[in-house]
Amino acid sequence: MDANRRTFLKTLASVGITTSLFGARSAGADITSLPGYPNQYGVLVDTTVCIGCRRCEWACKEWNKLPNQLSLSEYEKDKAVFDKIRRTNENTYTVVNRFENPLDKSKPIYVKKQCMHCIEPGCASSCFVKAFTKRPEGAVTYDASLCVGCRYCMAACPFDIPAYQYYDPWTPEVTKCTFCFDRIVKEGGVPACVSICPVETMTFGKRSDLVELAHKKIVDNPGRYVNHIYGEKEVGGVSWMYLSAVPFDRIGFRTDLGTTAIPSLSKPFLSLVSPVFIVIPALAMGLYSFKHRRDVLEQQACKQALEHKEGK
Amino acid sequence: MGTTAQSEFKPTWVQENIFLGMTFKDYLKSNITPFNGVVAVILAIGIPVIIYRLVYGLGPSTNLNDNNPWGIWIGFDMLCGVALAAGGFVIGSAVHLFGMREYAFLFRPAVLTGFLGYLFAIIALTFDLGRYYRIPYPMFVSWGVNSVLFLVAWHVALYLSCQFVEWCPAIFEWLNMKKARRIFIKATLGATIFGVCLSMLHQSALGSIFLLMPEKLHPLWYSEYIPLWFFMSAVVGGIVMTIVESAASHKIFAKQIKDHDPKHLDRVTIGLGKAASVGLFAYFFMKVIGLAHGHNWGYLNTPYGYLFLVEIIGFVLIPAILFMYAVQNELVGLIRSMAIVTVIGIIFNRLNHSIIAFNWHLPFEERYFPHWMEVVLTVTIVTIGILTFQWIMNRMPILYDHPGFEPEKH
Repeated sequence: MDANRRTFLKTLASVGITTSLFGARSAGADITSLPGYPNQYGVLVDTTVCIGCRRCEWACKEWNKLPNQLSLSEYEKDKAVFDKIRRTNENTYTVVNRFENPLDKSKPIYVKKQCMHCIEPGCASSCFVKAFTKRPEGAVTYDASLCVGCRYCMAACPFDIPAYQYYDPWTPEVTKCTFCFDRIVKEGGVPACVSICPVETMTFGKRSDLVELAHKKIVDNPGRYVNHIYGEKEVGGVSWMYLSAVPFDRIGFRTDLGTTAIPSLSKPFLSLVSPVFIVIPALAMGLYSFKHRRDVLEQQACKQALEHKEGK
Repeated sequence: MGTTAQSEFKPTWVQENIFLGMTFKDYLKSNITPFNGVVAVILAIGIPVIIYRLVYGLGPSTNLNDNNPWGIWIGFDMLCGVALAAGGFVIGSAVHLFGMREYAFLFRPAVLTGFLGYLFAIIALTFDLGRYYRIPYPMFVSWGVNSVLFLVAWHVALYLSCQFVEWCPAIFEWLNMKKARRIFIKATLGATIFGVCLSMLHQSALGSIFLLMPEKLHPLWYSEYIPLWFFMSAVVGGIVMTIVESAASHKIFAKQIKDHDPKHLDRVTIGLGKAASVGLFAYFFMKVIGLAHGHNWGYLNTPYGYLFLVEIIGFVLIPAILFMYAVQNELVGLIRSMAIVTVIGIIFNRLNHSIIAFNWHLPFEERYFPHWMEVVLTVTIVTIGILTFQWIMNRMPILYDHPGFEPEKH
């Protein structure tokens, strides 16, 4: 935050706006350092457990009624999909990818990918019609009835999750994992992918509990995990967190995202809006008055000179 | 108001004002020119492409995909269009706020270029939106006030209205409506001041859109200084576009200007060249500060670094020096060529931000390259923009003072 503020001040100063406005801005920016909804849910994904059965993919499509659904047995049979790394798309909210295990080549690592449900989502701060909402339950939901289709959310997502229905000419929508919002708001509700997992790769619960659990797992199982919970602090923290036996960049995660929440990156700029509307008109009117006064004086001088000449 | 009633002796209102004092037949004949032939070919290909985009959607008509949600309709049409349309605000503040009367004759053409630049940038953007028919949503349905794009949407819309107000006196002179003209002349100052605020914010906001993407935009282009860079380069863009546009229209529409004095235009061009030089030097140092601030020197000796160096040396530093040299030696031709180089440089910069250095981490085969239909649609929109400009220039007092009216005071 401090670095942000410093650069903001520099920017502001170089635009040439008076120092008196700094105070007004700083107060608003600290909202970004709040921890988020205290009771939000999360999921802890233990990638050392996943067997790559892809039942979660099946369950996701089933619950969300997504197109191109296959039977469960076909999901389990089809191992060719692992040959290339896949991402989420308009028909698929979650995918499982296979990565080579640098510790043991015979045991590949499977990693489920879906919306991470950031505590402070980049998509939500990018959307100019507020189509995304971070719910107190933790889910980041999307309201297609507002979406204009600018696709800024897709550009702003650090995890490249939102996809678009490019081939729908009239009512295309952004698609992404909903955290099964309709299930988790109910008492005892669990996301479809979590409930179908046969090996309990995923643990659903209060995010704060999961952070604790993850730390405990790392401590209790020396050598099993790298000492990092992916998603605990990345981009300000996310609801879906991961444990891994190998460094996260080996299994498809970006480890260069930093811990700054995406929305806080544009806040310093947005806070410039009101100062500009106060300072610039004042400056402009000042300039105009100078110019106007100069013109008036010139005219007077001209008139006087004329009178002087005529008087003689 | 007029009807199309035929009158051989006296031109009707429509013939006078729309058909340039000719009958409809003569007017049609006068439009058969080589230029219009080229335009006809472009439109014959372009309009079906636009219809295809609207009927079949973005998928078949673009190379956009889930990893590359934005293409040239954003990167070129929107970002370059708006940056290069900044002339209206730059010349407006020079004339109306700083009292540089010498430049007053550039005000109307600059405002018109600006207005049309924005208008057609928005029209092009419409084709990029998945649900273009919802374009008023950020104004009337749901306010996403935390989004930089929300600011852009509002400010571009408001600024378009400001420029319309500034352009109105010319429209009412054309329509010979004295009272309405007087009202809008009085509104010019307010519109200019409001326009300066709006321009400062949305020009920089167009860059700030990328503030949310530190992990996708190459570090040589990503910086906290993006808003400042975009604003500064837009100011330069406005100046150099005014140089290019005034040179072109004083040549093409020379007949309209009775007391055409090329020396006067040259003198003013030298002034603008000086401003462009100062602006480019300032921009160059801002870029260097950004480079130092982000500790990004290491990236300079990489392919993206070479691209960056071409941009800030070839299209910023060298034009800045040559502008200065040309101003000192009064080489108007060199100023005009450098203006064109700088226009290309600004386009290059915006494309770097939005396409070339964007998603640089992706493997080459996943990168975006425009579909031919994207290019055709862009060319078509630009062509329609130029046609509109020409149509207005031929009818309204943009380059000259209307003989029936007292000239605007500045």
